[in-house]
Amino acid sequence: MIKVEWLYWLLGAVFLAMAAQMAADRSNPKRLGSAAFWGLLGASFVYGTWVADKSAPAAPLGAAVLAMICLAGFGFTGRGTPATTTPEQRAASAARLGSRLFIPALILPLVALACATLLKGVHLGAGPLLQPGSETLLGLGLGVLAALAVALPLTRERNPAVALHAGRALVEAMGWTLLLPQLLAVLGSIFQSAGVGTQVGRLTTHFLPDGSRFAAVVLYCLGMALFTVVMGNAFAAFPVMTAAIGWPVLITRLHGHPPVVLAVGMLAGFCGTLATPMAANFNLVPAALLELKDQYGPIKAQLPTAGALLVCNIAIMSLFAF
Amino acid sequence: MIVLVGILVVVAGFATRRHPLLVVGAAGVITGLLGGLSPTKVLEAFGTGFASSRSVTLFVVALPVIGLLERHGLQDQARTLMNRLAKVSAGRLLAIYLVIRQLGAALGLTALGGHAQAVRPMIAPMAEAAAERRHGRLSDRARERLRSFAASTDTVGLFFGEDCFLAVGSILLITGFVNATYHTDLEPVRLALWAVPTAICATLVHGARLLHLDRALARDLPAPGAADSRVAEVGK
Repeated sequence: MIKVEWLYWLLGAVFLAMAAQMAADRSNPKRLGSAAFWGLLGASFVYGTWVADKSAPAAPLGAAVLAMICLAGFGFTGRGTPATTTPEQRAASAARLGSRLFIPALILPLVALACATLLKGVHLGAGPLLQPGSETLLGLGLGVLAALAVALPLTRERNPAVALHAGRALVEAMGWTLLLPQLLAVLGSIFQSAGVGTQVGRLTTHFLPDGSRFAAVVLYCLGMALFTVVMGNAFAAFPVMTAAIGWPVLITRLHGHPPVVLAVGMLAGFCGTLATPMAANFNLVPAALLELKDQYGPIKAQLPTAGALLVCNIAIMSLFAF
Repeated sequence: MIVLVGILVVVAGFATRRHPLLVVGAAGVITGLLGGLSPTKVLEAFGTGFASSRSVTLFVVALPVIGLLERHGLQDQARTLMNRLAKVSAGRLLAIYLVIRQLGAALGLTALGGHAQAVRPMIAPMAEAAAERRHGRLSDRARERLRSFAASTDTVGLFFGEDCFLAVGSILLITGFVNATYHTDLEPVRLALWAVPTAICATLVHGARLLHLDRALARDLPAPGAADSRVAEVGK
């Protein structure tokens, strides 16, 4: 059986190899700090396997996470100037290869699709071929390997390290923002275990006008959106707001239909995600990837859509949940 | 009550533009300690949280392939191809991508697209080439706006498509949380069904805004040819 942990080890190895390249990159003024940050990240991805199955202590991994936070947070990381092709070389290469360049880019999602659908039920011997529940993630990993196997001969690059260098340029351009979404998910789980949700619940039930269904719907949807704006992640806001008002007020007291309340509540949170820089992976990372001068450009483009869809969600929940 | 200080830390840290990683780290440590966890337990909470959320960062494995293809002119080729396709405006192109992205995500194909995999190498250069064909050289402001809308199209399409698929993270988070906390047994498929009305609203709202984008770009940068023909029409 192909396990999802193997994919995490592959990514860990990629981060470690990039860290080694960074340590040797004299064009990066902060090469040792950068190498330490990405090296720790790579090691954490591998070590996480044993934390996830509870066979290793979690505290060292927690310490590594805090060390990464400090390395990036106090400015010990930087970026080098990666050696790459000139615009003229790119144009010449594009003219030579033509649309064949798209083949690897399309192989990646097609392999992911095949794994998520066709290979999902395939058994090899006694067990399933792909680890159940992780078929889409494994498809992404296998898609990358297949795309690389096609792209290297196509571009006549004999050394796979060239791909690693090219990937490192993108990783360095994104920098620590690449890690922020995962750390927000971590923060959400800490909030939940510390009982933040029940506390917010005591507050909101205190202020809610008794029995007003529409006010409760607005409060839940608006609360999901605003909390998501603060936390940067609807996943982090959902347990808090649902424990606070979604379940006790809308479902238990006002007898709302649970699937409507919960599904639409989460989508109201997504409206908040569209509007906040804290959702770095969806809003700041694309700005960096697309080399925008205004890092809030994507948020500005999304704000009107987010507002309109929040109104839609409130309407859908009011109409269909009761 | 005191555990809510963690939320205040996040709000205050963000409002005063502290480094986001430090804000998240400080909020986690403070919330854990105020919630009655020992320092070792706080470290363990960070560790287990990190280990169980590794899939969020998994998209990075695609970057070496994308980087390699870009090194060899993927973006140039996307522009060339777009230049050959006549009559598709930037707004229509993005609207088509929105629908494809939503349908893909609704089928569980969240990896079919993405900012690193599709928007940077293909969608944004294609939209720019389409706008350049229609409006001539783009001003920096128009280019920024177009790229921002390209990024937003991917995000909106993903967000309001994926929840129609039952094996996606947010649906699994809802059922996992509710079933564990309130001892019910909610089926993922019933939640996915109720994500459909919002998905349709998202297509209509953002799609309409994308189609309007062409007019907004034309207002910003009237192409010399277009301006002439307008004068001619007024003359008639």
